[in-house]
Amino acid sequence: MIGPFHLSARWPQRLLAQDWRIVALVLAIGLFGCVVLYSAAGGRLQPWALPHALRLLAFTPLMVMMALVPSRTWAALAAPGYALVLMALLAVEAVGAFGGGAQRWLDLGPVRLQPSELMKLVLVLFLARLFHFLPLGYLDRAVGLWRPVAATLVPVALVLLQPDLGTALTLLAGGAGVMFLAGVPPVVFLVPTALGLVSLPLVYRLLHDYQQRRIDIFLDPSLDPLGAGYHITQARIAIGSGGAFGKGFLEGSQSHLLFLPEPHTDFVFATMAEEWGLAGGLLLMAAYALLLAWGWGVARRAADSFARLAAGGLVVTIFLYVAINLMMVMGLAPVVGLPLPLMSYGGSAMLTVMLAVGILLGIDRESRWPRGGLGS
Amino acid sequence: MSGAGLRELVFRRRALLLGGAQAALGVGLAVRMAWLALVEGERLRDAAESNRVSTRLVPPRRGLLLDHRGRPLAENRPAYGVEVVPSLAGDLEATLERIGRLVPLSLEARAEILAEARTLPPSGSLRVADDIGWAAYAALNVELADLAGVVPVKTYVRHYPGGEAFAHALGYVGPPSREQYLERRDRLFLVPGFRVGKDGVERALDERLRGAPGARRVEVNARGRILRELETQADQPGETVRLSLDRDLQDHLARRVGDASASVVVIDCATGDLRCLLSLPAYDPDVFSRRIPAELWRALQADDHRPLLPKATQGLYVPGSTFKLVTALAALASGAATPDDVVTCRSRYPVGGNVWHCHRRRGHGPVALRRAIAASCNVYFYAMARRAGPDAVAAMARTLGLGQRFDLPIPSLKAGIVPDPAWLQDRFGRPWNVGDTLNTAIGQGALFVSPLALAVMAARIASGRMVVPRLLADGPAPSFPPLPVPADMLAVVRAGMSDVVNGPGGTARRAALRVPGVRMAGKTGTAQVRRITAAERRRGVRRNESLPWHLRDHALFVGFAPDDAPRHAVAVVVEHGASGARAAAPLAQAAFTFIHDRPRAEAELARLEAERERRRRAAEAAARRAAAEAARQAAEAAGAGGRAGPGPRP
Repeated sequence: MIGPFHLSARWPQRLLAQDWRIVALVLAIGLFGCVVLYSAAGGRLQPWALPHALRLLAFTPLMVMMALVPSRTWAALAAPGYALVLMALLAVEAVGAFGGGAQRWLDLGPVRLQPSELMKLVLVLFLARLFHFLPLGYLDRAVGLWRPVAATLVPVALVLLQPDLGTALTLLAGGAGVMFLAGVPPVVFLVPTALGLVSLPLVYRLLHDYQQRRIDIFLDPSLDPLGAGYHITQARIAIGSGGAFGKGFLEGSQSHLLFLPEPHTDFVFATMAEEWGLAGGLLLMAAYALLLAWGWGVARRAADSFARLAAGGLVVTIFLYVAINLMMVMGLAPVVGLPLPLMSYGGSAMLTVMLAVGILLGIDRESRWPRGGLGS
Repeated sequence: MSGAGLRELVFRRRALLLGGAQAALGVGLAVRMAWLALVEGERLRDAAESNRVSTRLVPPRRGLLLDHRGRPLAENRPAYGVEVVPSLAGDLEATLERIGRLVPLSLEARAEILAEARTLPPSGSLRVADDIGWAAYAALNVELADLAGVVPVKTYVRHYPGGEAFAHALGYVGPPSREQYLERRDRLFLVPGFRVGKDGVERALDERLRGAPGARRVEVNARGRILRELETQADQPGETVRLSLDRDLQDHLARRVGDASASVVVIDCATGDLRCLLSLPAYDPDVFSRRIPAELWRALQADDHRPLLPKATQGLYVPGSTFKLVTALAALASGAATPDDVVTCRSRYPVGGNVWHCHRRRGHGPVALRRAIAASCNVYFYAMARRAGPDAVAAMARTLGLGQRFDLPIPSLKAGIVPDPAWLQDRFGRPWNVGDTLNTAIGQGALFVSPLALAVMAARIASGRMVVPRLLADGPAPSFPPLPVPADMLAVVRAGMSDVVNGPGGTARRAALRVPGVRMAGKTGTAQVRRITAAERRRGVRRNESLPWHLRDHALFVGFAPDDAPRHAVAVVVEHGASGARAAAPLAQAAFTFIHDRPRAEAELARLEAERERRRRAAEAAARRAAAEAARQAAEAAGAGGRAGPGPRP
């Protein structure tokens, strides 16, 4: 019997069995990100394009290595991993509380660890494991549901305290996604959603001033044309002024003349759209759609319930990233501060998504080459 | 169905649902983007373009002001300035603090800028400092990269080479007031660095001098920094205006006046051209054109020499004896007297129980017109005024230009007051009495005239024509109609005026010109500014020199030269100068000496200035000695007190 922590000696075969087309797709999106960041810096590799490329290069082997890990190993690691990341989140809270001011990462010398990002992955795996062992009859009973619900709400609450509304919402939506896929009755989602909608005004009042303002300004950008509403307005101008085919590489005036705020991070899509137009935007969206569709396929083909739920949950997580960022940039959602994975400058989101894709690759390989698993 | 199969079925259904929802959202995003790019694309492209390109008005260069020989009186000096766009600067105070490290910015100026910023329309900009010099401009350009909203600009500042001497005639420039903008709604008024005339000729001819703005289309970044010039439309400079003034003459007379409070008007008898319109003390128009420091303003307002009042055109004075010329001409023109009519002066002139006096205690004896003018005999003019009647005197005063408002490019000219019976009834509700006639006859009473009007009077008497003053040297030389006074009678008045300076017993003999072949004619005047009580008159009137400055009489002089063929006329008023002959006439003498013999005038001025310098030094030395003496005495007193205490250490 092969132990869960023991890598099979047949790893070269496993490596070759990856779906390399998906690796290529991820790299293609990342490299397009490099191109856009090169332009955003005014046609220079520094300070964004080169580090972005190096990160992409460093994370790719990591992603492929994740794919080598069998899914039962993930199942075995889910609970301790969740506990570890939760403690890290608590540690961040504590450091923030004592150090003064909000903090989102742990400073571990050379590495800045952002536990809330890892939580997105670990939460999905942990929930998948919980549901894997939950008998069908318990899906609509409190005795069966309290653990997944608590496992979701505790990190959400911690992240909300940071305060990081965007990440908290993605965690909540990711958790809810896994529960939904596991077959939790719709009424379990509908009642809290309804309650949430009713209590929205109350929540609004509990939000920080700057968060309230973001929502006000999202509803009416003209409230503050030179302040926070400026972001929304300028992003919309950048996207729209690109037209069908864009202004051309290195020709974006909105980003180069600094009208577009954060042209390299949260608003990188606007930077891209200004120069590449609707065509570039649709192409990029198609690439993400391809990745997500493949993810759903992996989930559908997965050998067991854990792998299925984990794959579905990871697809939901990736989707949330992309969708919330695009909605924000196009003025359909408030500015919550979520990057566009693989495109935006910055390591956290890229790492999260590439790890997720790595796990998906492994599940995909297993489903085509069935061996082991948790047994169903 | 097995549990596993059911789970898989549920998952597939739900995955389909969730995937479908995601696909729908994805399509929604694609549609949204297509909407932005295709439907709103044009509008948003315009928005991006207007982000990128900013059209800035270039304030037009203001028209030059020249003197009659084409020498500049007001010009535009290239300069470097700093502007701030508050909406881009963010924290304006911090920005000003940083600018303040490179350019001196007073706390006062900062407060003013912050106040202005509050009323500024969005995207408007403010001029923080003008004329900062090349070094500061270069230093600022270096720091610009991280100074949002700060724009260094190359501009012009108004410069007045004549300085203080021309301040009252030319005025100064300044930023347009909020009211001015609201009245016209002209965008040009919002351009920092745009200036409008605030006083004098600058204000009266503002529209002609203003010109039309140019425009610069520039590419800017979000911080308002200009990246490149796209196209430029040159500004249209304002019209160059030639004034009748003579810069050298006015300069010379200003130096001659020194620190007295005086006005000097010189007018060309043939054309009416004003050659000098001097009013001192004044202010530095270069300083006023930048930003008037509040402290300076308060000091100027408090000054008893009234440096903010353009005295030549707006100062109103009792004309005193200079008005006797009017009384004489009124009597002659009305036919009430001839030049040869003799009046005997016994120094006393009793009328209706009161007694009027002549300034000469022994009286002048029998005097006819010519001698009466030369000696300025009060009694003669009392008699003439009574013969002519008050209405004829007032009419003659107006004919000669007193109490008139002239059409000059200078705002708020004062007409002055020429009283007559109707006016008195209207204004004070009492009938005219013989006392009023006598007071008016010698230029006292309710008469108030400006130095400009006195100069016009002198020019009209000198030329025998209705000379109208003008300040603009454009247009042909005008021809004026003759005065309604027989020429031979006018000649006698002029002869009397010549005797004032050149004849025996003239009141201003010391001011006779020392230029061969040119003689000056004129009339002195001394205007009381205080009441002399009957008791003081009995004791003997106090001499001016014993009075404090502000109670001394005003000194006046009107005149012309050459006396046989007048070319220029002059009016001088020295506030509290005590004596027309001693304080005012020498300035007229200086003016004519300068016109007819410039080297002599300059030599005399050099002597005078050397003398002033010597006196100033002597006064300083005396003050130092007095201070040293006081200090010595204080030290002695302290030493005396010190002896009571512990003795000095060995």
